[in-house]
Amino acid sequence: MEVIAAQLFAGASIGSVLLLAALGLSLTFGQMGVINMAHGEFMMAGAYTAFVLRGLIGDPNISLPLALVVGFGVGGLLGLILHRSLLSRMHNRPLDTLLVTWGVALVLQQLARDIFGAPNVDVPAPTWLAGPITVFGIGFPKARVFIIVLAVAAVVGISLVLTRTALGRRIRAVSQNRDLAEVSGISSPRTDDLTFFIGSGIAGLAGVALTLLGSVGPTLGQNYIVDAFLVVVVGGLGRVKGAVIAAFGLGVLQAFVELSLGASLAKVLVLLAVVAFLQIRPQGLVTIRTRSLA
Amino acid sequence: MNTFRSLWATTWFRLLVGLAIGIVVLFVLAPAGLSDFRLSLLARFLCVAMVAVGIGLAWGQGGMLVMGQGVFFGLGAYLMAMHLKLADAGPGGVPDFMLLYGTGELPVWWEPLRSPAVTVILIVALPALVAGVLGYLIFRRAVRGAYFAILSQALVAAFAILLIGQQQTTGGTNGLNGFRGFFGYDLNDPANQRMLYFIAAAVLVGMVLIVWQLRRSRFGELLVAVRDQENRTRFLGYNPALVKTVAYVIAAVFAAIGGALFVPIVGIISPADVGVVPSIAFLAGVAIGGRATLLGPVLGSIAVSAAGSGLSETFPAAWTYFQGAVFILVVGFLPGGLAELVGRVRRLPARRRLRPDPTTASTTGITSGIDAPGPDTERIHA
Repeated sequence: MEVIAAQLFAGASIGSVLLLAALGLSLTFGQMGVINMAHGEFMMAGAYTAFVLRGLIGDPNISLPLALVVGFGVGGLLGLILHRSLLSRMHNRPLDTLLVTWGVALVLQQLARDIFGAPNVDVPAPTWLAGPITVFGIGFPKARVFIIVLAVAAVVGISLVLTRTALGRRIRAVSQNRDLAEVSGISSPRTDDLTFFIGSGIAGLAGVALTLLGSVGPTLGQNYIVDAFLVVVVGGLGRVKGAVIAAFGLGVLQAFVELSLGASLAKVLVLLAVVAFLQIRPQGLVTIRTRSLA
Repeated sequence: MNTFRSLWATTWFRLLVGLAIGIVVLFVLAPAGLSDFRLSLLARFLCVAMVAVGIGLAWGQGGMLVMGQGVFFGLGAYLMAMHLKLADAGPGGVPDFMLLYGTGELPVWWEPLRSPAVTVILIVALPALVAGVLGYLIFRRAVRGAYFAILSQALVAAFAILLIGQQQTTGGTNGLNGFRGFFGYDLNDPANQRMLYFIAAAVLVGMVLIVWQLRRSRFGELLVAVRDQENRTRFLGYNPALVKTVAYVIAAVFAAIGGALFVPIVGIISPADVGVVPSIAFLAGVAIGGRATLLGPVLGSIAVSAAGSGLSETFPAAWTYFQGAVFILVVGFLPGGLAELVGRVRRLPARRRLRPDPTTASTTGITSGIDAPGPDTERIHA
């Protein structure tokens, strides 16, 4: 029983990190069909933001909450610049955006290496996140619980923005039918910019959260980007609900397979599971029903 | 002179001239002019160019962005490396690293690789099988475009993790190295290294010829049709999944052969050569040279490899920036690669003569990967 509870928690923890990484991707990929390989590097930028703020302020108890806000802004700003300068010209060439943003990712990684140095740096966790919370005799690390809470908060926040605000209505309109949205008076370039800002901002947020789990290095984003994309593919384009189910599903699957077969085989089996799953639902878990073939 | 000019206007003649120049350079000029060290370096670039030829077919002609060719490159390379390790160890022997990290016993799945014939067959058959089964499953359900690209990348990520994780049987991060012989030939002998160079050059030329014929064939036409309008091709009664799978399998086999030759030439194969990053690096040369042209991927790939080996050792930071800039500038602003630039320049006088050039329209090969309306719809009728 304890093993199952521990693995479920590990799965939820992996899932929440995946979800934070994938949520923004799902938003930008879903709306614009643009694949942002630099998303992982926006996470890395968020993580280094936490590092820099910790250096400036000194007290991690204060710097972490501040870093969550500033990291969101840094990630969002990077995304906005990327979209404005390159991606907005390439909406009809999704495969090419993949390679262009890979180029951006390489440049950002090297920039981080030049500015902060190649070795990883550590960001100390605040004292209020040290140690475990004990429930029914099982200890759960507070930092991981915090990330799960953060992921849930991000999902709730995004859902509220999408369903309750005028901006969300515009985003949904543009992602469902760009032409119809435009003739209805919605400025699709402006909506795209804002979507990219929010999506990339969540990446920055995710990066700040990751500093609680380990050290920060220039290739931090690379470790998450492939898995995050798998979550988006399984969840279905631009579906928050799909991303949530997929992230926690893959996280729990990974945690349990790891227990019996080890981490490296777990990765392979999760991938095979994804390919098998796409045989049943090629468009992902949650789809909008249309008659379109594409 | 006029007959030459009219001949020059035909694509096949220009290709023939290009191929002839290439063969002279590869088989006469390079062996005569380069030192053993440089020649061996060039041989290594040629192995990478083999992967690029396959990518040119799958991506340029078929519109499948294969981001995981490292899997097939790695399969070929590891199969070859395992055989060479076993051959070095002698009959009944066990590779040295297994005594170091593992139990000292040979895993069952290594056993068939003692035989050279089985190894050569497996180098072609195993990647073909993997690409065929996975490809058909994926394409059959019309998983395409970005989805396919991401899956192929996830595949290579999983492959590299698996290699690193199974250190007792794959050598882990260190990979496999320290080979002494190659099918009975001593690898330390410079003459044998030259022989390997000629083998690599011949194989590469053979692959280019195969792709050339494929492009001229009905299959090549179908592949382009599937790239530009998959659904329309399906409605005409063809099976797009099958067409794409065949191209994917060919690309995989080319990559595997490149990997298999890479091992004796370079002397090491490790997960760092087959992971996510090198798999995308394979694409850089193809993008620069012109993904939809026949010779562009080869030339681009060799140029990128050469630039890489020159820059990455002296200025590693500059090399990363350069690679990033290549992806941003070439793919973003010149999607047809340098071939497109050449084509544009060449078309300038042609436009004055009001003679449309039918070859350039069908070879730029820029598609969205999904059935996009727009200029692409006209292209197949052109």
